[in-house]
Amino acid sequence: MLAMEYRGPKRVRAVQKPMPEIKHPQDAIVRVTRTCICGSDLHLYNGNVPDTRVGSTFGHEFVGIVEEVGPDVTKIKVGDQVLVPFNVACGECHFCKQGMFGNCHESNTMATAVGAIFGYSHTAGGFDGGQAEYARVPYANVGPTVIPAGMDPDDAVLLTDVVPTGYQAAEMAGIQTGDTVVVFGAGPVGIMAARCSWLFGAGRVIVLDNVDYRLEFVRNYAPCEVYNFDEIGDPVLFIKKITDWMGADCVIDAVGAEATGNAMQSITGRKLLLQAGSATALHWAINSVKKGGVVSIVGVYGPTDNLVPIGNMMNKGLTMRGNQTSVKRLLPRLIDHVMNGTLNPKAMITHRLPLEEVADGYRMFSAKLDNCIKTVLIPPSANK
Amino acid sequence: MENSIKDYKQIKGWGVDADPKNDPTYPMRNRMNVSQDPDSKSHPSPMQHDDTELLKSNERPRVSTVYGTTVPPSGLSGMIRRLAFRYSENEYRHWLPLLVADRVQVVEGILEDLASGTVPNIFAEKGYAMEWKHNRTAFITKMAAIAAVTAGVVVLLTSDSDKKNKNSRKRKGYKKGYRGYSDTHAL
Ligand SMILES: [Zn+2]
Ligand SMILES: [Zn+2]
Repeated sequence: MLAMEYRGPKRVRAVQKPMPEIKHPQDAIVRVTRTCICGSDLHLYNGNVPDTRVGSTFGHEFVGIVEEVGPDVTKIKVGDQVLVPFNVACGECHFCKQGMFGNCHESNTMATAVGAIFGYSHTAGGFDGGQAEYARVPYANVGPTVIPAGMDPDDAVLLTDVVPTGYQAAEMAGIQTGDTVVVFGAGPVGIMAARCSWLFGAGRVIVLDNVDYRLEFVRNYAPCEVYNFDEIGDPVLFIKKITDWMGADCVIDAVGAEATGNAMQSITGRKLLLQAGSATALHWAINSVKKGGVVSIVGVYGPTDNLVPIGNMMNKGLTMRGNQTSVKRLLPRLIDHVMNGTLNPKAMITHRLPLEEVADGYRMFSAKLDNCIKTVLIPPSANK
Repeated sequence: MENSIKDYKQIKGWGVDADPKNDPTYPMRNRMNVSQDPDSKSHPSPMQHDDTELLKSNERPRVSTVYGTTVPPSGLSGMIRRLAFRYSENEYRHWLPLLVADRVQVVEGILEDLASGTVPNIFAEKGYAMEWKHNRTAFITKMAAIAAVTAGVVVLLTSDSDKKNKNSRKRKGYKKGYRGYSDTHAL
């Protein structure tokens, strides 16, 4: 089967790989019909996540058709169209029982600080991802969810990560009616976090980024106030100024380790890897929130050299709030929002490429070329 | 940019999920203590079992019920990874060697490709066609800069090769390593 394959920092290609196999009675094999490139894939693509092994297949956002199921799979059957949440979760462990599906303890042998994520390095479990014609989906009774009749698969694929992650970012921000919410980052997750902030009753939503086309997009989509941080001087001072010198009630970091905007952070964090990527967005978030406010982190941070382990803070769901999203917990609510038109995720999709052109897709997204917001990859067997 | 929201309460869905109890503690409000969870050690059965070599975090007693079998450790990078997994996730002796192993494996990957008769098409793998299409001027400038730096380094390395002593050799090794690094990252 054709699959994306990582060869080293900023080097990926589409190659033939062996078909995935059922390895556990609760496994399913899904024929992928749509899969996305996610902002967090860029941390892998840039070589910033430890134990990202050459030969791995990325892709944690995918939908497809169930091709084969293990003997213990009862909730889905061959032929079902399913969306597959990005977390691999067992549904039975101490954490899954609390709805913390993003923190499952029975899917990742390689680390305890983070649950397992499809196609997201061995640190996140060592599973191959969905940027392929077929994917192995463990715990098929738990994660994969039959796509409701009438739902556009383009909406469905965004429900596997981006929509719930943006939503949970807003939820974790503890937004109270009328609150001022600042979102750092106008990538797909930041866009969705801004949009969802209104659902929680925000009174003002402000998004900062330094790419004009992304700001233009979120201003229309969310809709919200936007500022280009390259043009406003010190963003922290700026936010204080426009919030009556109080700071925002809630700040969402939807950037993570790839942040630009501070030369020292870029050099030590992104070029030299002396720390977990650049922590610019995190610094801004902490410094621009009001006293007693809430900082919500959904940006990915790796292990750190000179900082507190902020990535672990996020991955484990500690307070200041941060967590990998528990997609399954949020799905019923979000499916409602999509079905009744409250949310329109597919409007974020700007590009559609065959899986064969995966290297171009990554380059385009990472270099922010051609006004790219969100790319969907279509495997050749999608329309079989 | 037009920056004012006229009436945010008109936004579709505004406030539908507002809940005064949505204090920033979810899911802490629902937190179970181990004593409240009669089955805190429960996990799905049976265990996945196959012969793939697994590296297990030493912060857990046993491997998880299912696990990924994507790329088992191999070669020099595998040896480094095995070493790294002796240390807990709390230690840089765990994370830094893993990052080193990742870099080592990139070289192993190229050798593997060559050994199997494939010359990796780095231009295509890096998606440079897209840069060429959408970002041509910047792309040409960048490539010229890389060529100039590479030429400079070559000149530097060849010019002092006759005055070798221990120290300059060490420094040269560093430079070389750094160049390899910027090859993979600065592009
Ligand atoms: Zn994602
Ligand atoms: Zn679990």
